[in-house]
Amino acid sequence: MANRIKIKKGLQIPLLGESELTARGTVTSEFVRICPEDYPGVAPKLAVKVDDTVKAGSPLFYEKKHPEMVFVSPVSGVVTEIERGERRRILNIVVKADGTEEYIDFGKKSVASLSPEEVKKAILEAGLWFAIRQRPYDIVAVPNKQPRDIFVTGFDSSPLAPSYDFILEGQEADLQAGLDALAKLTAGNVYLSISSKTTNPALRQAKNAVITEFDGPHPAGNVGVQVNHLKPVNRGEVVWTLNALNVAMIGRVFNKGVADLTRTVALTGSEIKEKGYYNMLIGTELSSIFEGNVTEGISLRYISGNPLTGRKIEKNGVLRAYDAQVTVIPEGDDVHEAFGWASFSPKRYSAGGTYLQLKKKYRLDARMLGGPRAIIVSNEYDKVFPMDIFPEQLIKSTLAFNIEKMEQLGIYEVAPEDFALCEFVDTSKLELQRIIRTGLDMLRKEME
Amino acid sequence: MKALRNYLDKIKPNFEEGGKLHWLHSTYDAFETFLFVPNITSRSGVHIHDARDSKRTMIIVVIALIPALLVGMYNVGLQHYMAIGQQASIWDMFLFGLLAMLPQLVVSYVVGLGIEFAIAQARKEEVAEGFLVSGILIPMILPVDTPLWMIAVATAFSVIFAKEVFGGTGYNVFNVALITRAFLFFSYPSKMSGDQVWVRTSDTFGVGGGNVVDSYSGATPLGQLATSEAANFSEFTFQGITGQSLSISDMFFGFIPGSMGEVSTFAIILGAILLIATGVGSWKTMLSVFLGGAVAIVITNLFAQNALMDMPMHYHFLLGGFAFGAVFMATDPVTSSRTEKGKWIYGFFIGLLAVAIRVFNPGYPEGMMLAILFMNAFAPLIDFYVVDANIKRRLKRVATAKTANE
Repeated sequence: MANRIKIKKGLQIPLLGESELTARGTVTSEFVRICPEDYPGVAPKLAVKVDDTVKAGSPLFYEKKHPEMVFVSPVSGVVTEIERGERRRILNIVVKADGTEEYIDFGKKSVASLSPEEVKKAILEAGLWFAIRQRPYDIVAVPNKQPRDIFVTGFDSSPLAPSYDFILEGQEADLQAGLDALAKLTAGNVYLSISSKTTNPALRQAKNAVITEFDGPHPAGNVGVQVNHLKPVNRGEVVWTLNALNVAMIGRVFNKGVADLTRTVALTGSEIKEKGYYNMLIGTELSSIFEGNVTEGISLRYISGNPLTGRKIEKNGVLRAYDAQVTVIPEGDDVHEAFGWASFSPKRYSAGGTYLQLKKKYRLDARMLGGPRAIIVSNEYDKVFPMDIFPEQLIKSTLAFNIEKMEQLGIYEVAPEDFALCEFVDTSKLELQRIIRTGLDMLRKEME
Repeated sequence: MKALRNYLDKIKPNFEEGGKLHWLHSTYDAFETFLFVPNITSRSGVHIHDARDSKRTMIIVVIALIPALLVGMYNVGLQHYMAIGQQASIWDMFLFGLLAMLPQLVVSYVVGLGIEFAIAQARKEEVAEGFLVSGILIPMILPVDTPLWMIAVATAFSVIFAKEVFGGTGYNVFNVALITRAFLFFSYPSKMSGDQVWVRTSDTFGVGGGNVVDSYSGATPLGQLATSEAANFSEFTFQGITGQSLSISDMFFGFIPGSMGEVSTFAIILGAILLIATGVGSWKTMLSVFLGGAVAIVITNLFAQNALMDMPMHYHFLLGGFAFGAVFMATDPVTSSRTEKGKWIYGFFIGLLAVAIRVFNPGYPEGMMLAILFMNAFAPLIDFYVVDANIKRRLKRVATAKTANE
């Protein structure tokens, strides 16, 4: 029987538009775009030029300081464009798929017979290293550092989250191979956290991992919360974190011998007509699943990811690297709501007691619903932040960039996503995730 | 509403960068966001937001204050007509109170909000809503006969020097409304205490003229006790302004002389219920103020040397600004402790000090104001120790992790 940890603080936002557990087939697109910006902590160096021919699994770019960390093309085809932004920052690498699906063969391997170095090399050369993130700093793991432990979250608790149970059906062997591979990469433990509702036996009865059951509202599924409850990160320590979907993706490279960047993606959100699960490669253009499948006549917000931590994309945007969910909600910029401060409208949702709490699902749009203010209300963040950390004090020290205070208050233990709920409930409408992301990046620059 | 929206959209360009009324941009923005929820959508981070904003929070506090405000207005009239010995209907009394109160409210808001709007414009920020609450609190904690110019001066002083120089709403160390009162208390003591200021005996805008009856005395109950010669509380009775004895129910419902907002414990309880139910005010702070007060009262009762020390607990809680301070002043999130453990300590000492000042310093029979201001200063220190415990725990964890590795 797994250990059980009960999370009391948190918030399950009752959002309309959960995806039904139906597989709706595979989505492909002519062009695939890979965005180096998706990978925090990575300084991209191009490995291809326009007009180069690539196979699925050929490196498109690599990390400047760690050239062994490559990022590969999910399809075979031709590099047609390298889109750049300000200061020649690489925005997108566009590959035109030739439709042949020609994969580079890395060779099937049995994890049990490999040394830790061979395991690491196999993941790196297949371009799947990005799946492993590290704390501190919440960046793509630095390959030559030894992690104290590796933490894997086996469920997603965020609003409208995809069901890992459903997605991992049929990927049981890959998941186990991935866990076995990770176990070779640390002298410590691989911790796998599952939800009290998890049913998939591959998660419940996984071997080579310490299984803990978490019970409670979001952010119980956030790996940072799980680390904080299991074995918090101390100054000077490094832990690696992943989600179970990415573990299975790593497992695939050993079982199939190819870099298969296929994801099963939940299409969710109040504005989607036919919700369900689609298979697609990372970087696939999403317009085909939106076409005729969204509410007409109002302005919409398309999100790759969930409504708390996802990225805003255009209608013809692509599936971003870490996401297994695509969400469409109303944008709300065409709404003029009078006297919101006096409103009793049942359409307005608040986690606090200043609005009536109804037992229903809400259709929320992307409006801020207020102007930015200084932090005024107290004990607001704490209620949705189930870690042994004072969130408000940590944010204030991060804004002031007081490194000593940040360290003392636990900056090494957190990632921007841990502050997503704080940002949602924040009366002062501050951009908390951005504050933490900037703080972590600046801190890393300072320390390295 | 649609016509209004169209009108706002039409005049909006004048207030934008480069428009001829750009110097009024913050003012325009304040009015626009008052009328319509801004339709700005999120640019980074979460895509959805909670419907609660700063305006909603402040408006809840204002609503919570309204029962105390209404009862207070009625009581101003009641005390007045009692003082001049005339019969009057409930509506006459209420009207008198309204007329006495309204100019003070207007002065407080005009001066305070005027400064806030100007400074917000200079800083190119949105106008923060904090003064919506402070502006109504100020007349509620002042004697009814405070001259308007004094309110104007004190409000200006307190908004500028207690709030804006610290960075505005959210950054102030001391409660703005209480600084206003403290400023007046120390600058014009004769207008802020004694037995001449709590009841308006003259007419207001020609309403309610008359001569004061012979038996009139305008001292507040606490003032009476502070100056009493009685050796213990049982020899003492509280008197109303015409010499009648005051019952517990008079004190509970607020038919006694005193600052307008503070007299009715009943109305304050209504406000407290709203604040607690909506989660806007911290029940921990409120409860701990009463706990701290109770501890101090039990001790002073045990070692009673005079009538003030001997006063039973329920009188302490019903009289003066104790309940009002506990519910509406101590819970100000900006000047209170911000940690939950800290709130218990912060509230407890407010209660304790308020009773101590009341009992041991009869020169200031109203200790609540000073106790809260004093603890405002200590709130960051309390938080420091609460947070420091977390920091120490983290450092200890590093130490154990190190020894385990060696």
